[in-house]
Amino acid sequence: MTFNYRDVYLNNTCTIVGPYEKNGPLGKYFDKAYKDFYFGTDSWEDAEAKSFVEGVKKLLKKEDKQIKDIDLLVGGDLLNQLVASNYAAETLKIPFIGIYNACATSTLGMLLTANMVEAKQIKNGIVTVTSHNNGAEKQFRYPVEYGGPKRKTTTFTVTGSASCLISNEKKGVRIESATIGTVKNMGIKDVYHMGAVMAPACADTIYKHLKNTNRSIDYYDAIYSGDLGRYGKDILKEYIKKEYNLDLKNYDDTASMIYDLDKQNVYAGGSGPACAPLVTYAYLIPLMKKKKMKRILLVATGALMSQTMVNEKHTIPAIAHAIGLEVLDDIS
Amino acid sequence: MEQKKYNEIVKKHTPKEDSLKNGFWAFISGGIMGMIGQFLITFYVRILDVTTTEATSFMIITLIFLGCLFTCLGFFDNIVNFCKAGLFVPITGFAHAMMSAALEYKKEGMVTGIGASMFKLTGSVIIFGVVSAYIFGMLRYLLFGGNI
Repeated sequence: MTFNYRDVYLNNTCTIVGPYEKNGPLGKYFDKAYKDFYFGTDSWEDAEAKSFVEGVKKLLKKEDKQIKDIDLLVGGDLLNQLVASNYAAETLKIPFIGIYNACATSTLGMLLTANMVEAKQIKNGIVTVTSHNNGAEKQFRYPVEYGGPKRKTTTFTVTGSASCLISNEKKGVRIESATIGTVKNMGIKDVYHMGAVMAPACADTIYKHLKNTNRSIDYYDAIYSGDLGRYGKDILKEYIKKEYNLDLKNYDDTASMIYDLDKQNVYAGGSGPACAPLVTYAYLIPLMKKKKMKRILLVATGALMSQTMVNEKHTIPAIAHAIGLEVLDDIS
Repeated sequence: MEQKKYNEIVKKHTPKEDSLKNGFWAFISGGIMGMIGQFLITFYVRILDVTTTEATSFMIITLIFLGCLFTCLGFFDNIVNFCKAGLFVPITGFAHAMMSAALEYKKEGMVTGIGASMFKLTGSVIIFGVVSAYIFGMLRYLLFGGNI
């Protein structure tokens, strides 16, 4: 399913990160960075909720808006029952929808909000997604202090929160199209190779987006996938060529941009709901505003895994949602 | 595309683990661990004037204590990550796995957190350790009698 929007804009963004992201190549572009994983709270879950609240508040301050000006807050994270988002929404008191699509949550939230803005059901909507490395490690993998060996294809969950304000006020970059992906499962069971799990869903969404909008792949100055990691990137390129005969030329993956893969000990690269929007908001959108790129397609990918299903030997389904962003010449 | 064909693409782009390098460092670090253990046994025999059997228990307790302490101080995971099997196969690995789980769940309370989740990683080591000790003990008894 693909939507075309006429009058929806991503007005402003706010990004908050943890220490690893700060030390990465994009470190200087984020709005705020914490030196440790607790963010001044007692637990990682609290830290994640705090970064959510702080991100929304900072975004409102940047845009000189009040909480009462916001009609809808869409949020999501990786923790069970979306606790970080729920506890943050309790503090913020904005009408709230919590969504879960693993690492594809960001683009899903953006497209849901964009639909409501386009339909004039709401005026201003905020989309915030968070993830926390230690919180995710605790829930999905091993205790944080456990140093058992990890495979090279393992990804490293990004710590931080990424918020954006979407409205019909002509400001920032335009959200011009979006595609809701379908769940794909190519039979991969390996939880330590998420790139392989998610690449087919990503390819499927890119193909359907181009087909539904009647565009060639060159229409976009660049295509960015969410968090396939350095090996998932190569898998995607070969798969999309063989299956859909598409040549991904101007393509990169946000998971391999947020960290220095050779120097930082992050294995195959970043992951987590915050990975794709952090890179997009802090680095790609400013590049677009500087007219380095006019149109980009962001395809955030999510592995819909559950520890129980993995233990029961099920294969892992994946999903990807795409958002087309465009910078207009006549807006600031 | 069929799953089989896709698996071939995945396999082509999946890096090989450095088994030889990992094995080398595990060999070296495991060897050093053995040396430390032997040093401790000799040390306890000389200083405390105990038998080798007793000194062996003291050595194990010392290594478990150090594994736990270093895990709590926050740097042991990096060392284990580098040494791999050299450190997690000896008793230090067991101590490290248990202590890291205990630290992780400390926030969730004494009973519902530490008590319930401390054996998250090591529980299966204990269960299958006991089960296999039982099986091999029985086998030894049946094959060689009880006097060996």
